[in-house]
Amino acid sequence: MASVSLVNRRDFLKKSAASGAVLVIGFHLSPKALAQQPKDQEEQPPNPFDAWVRITPDNRVTLVLGKSEMGQGVYTSLPMILAEELCVDWKQVRVEQAPTNPKIYDLGTGGSGSVKDSWLPLRQAGAAAREMLIATAAKKWEVGTDTCKARNGYVVHGHPERSFRYGELVADAAKLPIPNLHKVPLKNSNDFTIVGREMHRLDAAAKSSGTAKFGIDSRVPGMLYAVIARCPVFEGKVASFDAAKAKAVPGVRDVFEIKTSGRGASTTGGVAVLAENSWAAIQGRKALEVKWDEGAAANESSEELRKQFLDNASKPGKNALRNDGDADAALAASSKKIEAIYELPFAAHVCMEPMNCTVHIQSDKAEAWVPTQGPQWAQAVIADIAKLPPEKVTVHTTLMGGGFGRRYAADFVMEAAQTSKASGKPVMVLWTREDDMQHDFYRPASYHRLQGALDSEGKLAAWKHFQTSTSIAHKWSQKGADDPGLGEFGTGATIPYSTSNIRIEYTLAHSSATRAWWRSVEHSSSGYVMESFVDELAAAASQDPLAFRLKLIGADRKIPQFGEPPDYPQMNTARLKGVLQLAAEKAGWGKPLPKGQGRGIAGFYSFHSYVAAVAEVSASSGGFKVNRIVCGVDCGRPVNPNGIRAQVESAAIYALTATFKDAITVDRGRIVQANFNDYDMIRMNDAPPIEVHIVQSTEEPTGIGEPTVPVIAPSVCNALYAATGKRLRRLPIRGEDLA
Amino acid sequence: MAISFTLNGKSQSVEVSPDMPLLWVLRDTLNMTGTKFGCGMALCGACTVHINGEATRSCITPISSVAGKKVTTIEGLAADESHLHPVQQAWMEEDVPQCGYCQSGQIMSAVALISKKPNPTDADIDDAMSGNICRCGTYQRIRKAIHRAASSMAGKAHSAA
Repeated sequence: MASVSLVNRRDFLKKSAASGAVLVIGFHLSPKALAQQPKDQEEQPPNPFDAWVRITPDNRVTLVLGKSEMGQGVYTSLPMILAEELCVDWKQVRVEQAPTNPKIYDLGTGGSGSVKDSWLPLRQAGAAAREMLIATAAKKWEVGTDTCKARNGYVVHGHPERSFRYGELVADAAKLPIPNLHKVPLKNSNDFTIVGREMHRLDAAAKSSGTAKFGIDSRVPGMLYAVIARCPVFEGKVASFDAAKAKAVPGVRDVFEIKTSGRGASTTGGVAVLAENSWAAIQGRKALEVKWDEGAAANESSEELRKQFLDNASKPGKNALRNDGDADAALAASSKKIEAIYELPFAAHVCMEPMNCTVHIQSDKAEAWVPTQGPQWAQAVIADIAKLPPEKVTVHTTLMGGGFGRRYAADFVMEAAQTSKASGKPVMVLWTREDDMQHDFYRPASYHRLQGALDSEGKLAAWKHFQTSTSIAHKWSQKGADDPGLGEFGTGATIPYSTSNIRIEYTLAHSSATRAWWRSVEHSSSGYVMESFVDELAAAASQDPLAFRLKLIGADRKIPQFGEPPDYPQMNTARLKGVLQLAAEKAGWGKPLPKGQGRGIAGFYSFHSYVAAVAEVSASSGGFKVNRIVCGVDCGRPVNPNGIRAQVESAAIYALTATFKDAITVDRGRIVQANFNDYDMIRMNDAPPIEVHIVQSTEEPTGIGEPTVPVIAPSVCNALYAATGKRLRRLPIRGEDLA
Repeated sequence: MAISFTLNGKSQSVEVSPDMPLLWVLRDTLNMTGTKFGCGMALCGACTVHINGEATRSCITPISSVAGKKVTTIEGLAADESHLHPVQQAWMEEDVPQCGYCQSGQIMSAVALISKKPNPTDADIDDAMSGNICRCGTYQRIRKAIHRAASSMAGKAHSAA
């Protein structure tokens, strides 16, 4: 079986230099760079490489991957695409993590974009390598290239057939000019033998045997382990500290203050406790005495934030982001108006591997081991702190024990770089679970008012969505440039339900809590509120929730994504209806359920993919259980159906935690929850079966890591309504809410 | 003072603070990083090892309490990647791991379960596995893998008998 080689980049370079025969094909994984690349490549060859295809003389193929693996399966899906065009035996394929190349602006790993954005570049790279191998064989045989074929790691020709192993051709093929990637012939999809097949994960063995190395497993000779005492209050600072008791803890080596600042800092820094091992560092921090200057945020609380929400909601939205027709007039004129308020709390990412980063800054170079979704950013941060040019900073991107958007940020990298710089040692900064939960970048808390009007025929006469939230954009913008807009709604501003009167309004609420991208980002709130509200409209119209949605979506058409340029991908209502119908059919929609049980449905378009879910619940006064969730997904051509199912299962469970487990709350300017005792996750005993049904699309592949998240909470809440007649409009929902 | 115990079948002695948890002795003193840190409070199961055959959270187990006992970690389940334990094999066949970080602990809990209940029911699995959090939500694949491992081990036991 193919597997992941855990060889590091340095070893790889040594080994490839020793083996001598390496075919290197450059290609871009960055869609932006690709778009900027001239169509005629002869004018301007590709920028420096951020990934490579390697073929060794013994016919092993390695993809050096410029995307990070955080569980989403890119170590399997991306090599499948490459191997398909390269025409190699899947068993020959290995994966290695690419080095961080400072010359290329990498978009990082996220936004459910790895397969979508790599699809064409990887195919082109694989095809280019294949054509070069064919050309080499043709030359050796002195025949035309069109008489030769690539097959399963060989170039073959003639009757009786003769062949060369790729490994025999690679040394000469590597010397050929690289074909124009835009003109290289790509395989006909009818001939695919790898893409679309059920593939096992390449990293399953390493991850089942304890040998997979995550960031936290980095070990460097002479390293120290550090934990940081941070002000519990957002934006608070160290006033003074007494290190005597901390230094008295056996194993503690040093205690000093570090400062972090700028874009991406989650705190202002803190006091670093360096020790010979993690335990001594943790004990040293417990003994450390720090006085904090808590600052202005010490008065903030979730109660105060909710008052802001209510106050904002009592006034017209400050930003009218979309205004089609006259929604207010249509609402005023309607005899059937529906209004509902929905609320979502802050949510934490909670990667199972707490944040950590290992950095060694020396006078002329730096090296770092970082579990990161954004290695280029980590490199820039370290270079800045070390006062070194980026190319002197080697960043090893490690496996990540979860990412979910949290590991884009470079706050933990800043801390490790500062600590290494100040100590002159290789240092791992380790976060405890409490650090991780209390200094996250949270999914914003938000408050939504949805208003709809139905005309006499049951059609949608008006749709109005007011939102007030703490906003991601505001947290990350330059001071003053804080006018959050459509980004807070995402595809929630692109409404599939036909109406000519739409109004979308937004008002910023202020909070010092750190916020950023949480799995599915703004779609997690948009999907919840929109698909809950449509269910309320269906009930008001006394119609079946599925039939009502299908009718309201109406004719098959493409809807431009609101706020995006005309060439941006558009929502295809046929595909949205397709997943709704698929999930419904597979779930037995309409078949009677025992009393006390109910089904709910939701469908949403995000990350260019379509997902619908039908949840089945049992409910009684004071309690409920999710019995199963059936999903229909259309993410274009399925590259690895096994991997797609895994991502849908994963996103559903992730979203269920946010649906009915705990909320992140703020009191006295600090996060209240600290560990799994007060911010629990879905566990085995409350994890329902997740059934996944995949549309066999021939469209371009699109994202699947996130787009299931938005449909889970509404499908569950809608199912609870079907079972009990009660609407739950505030997440996380509680059994007692049904009483 | 040296503390001695058996680690994956071999005698092991460490000179560390007696209150240092086994987790950190494994990870930082012995550089055996297969056992993971998740919460430090026995709430998530990422650090699960076997002590005298019992699934135990190593993050709250002082090394002094391990003296003279038999400790098995994920590294001790199989001789190498080509001879994996049937539970690990089942994990691969069901493609359980996603990020994989919690899976050492999940596998150690599952092995302990099957050793006590060779044919666990779904309720047994709920009881034995609900102390292990998987943020990637691989629970239904874990459940399938445990059933698969149990039947494969029963099959082997049967053919051996």
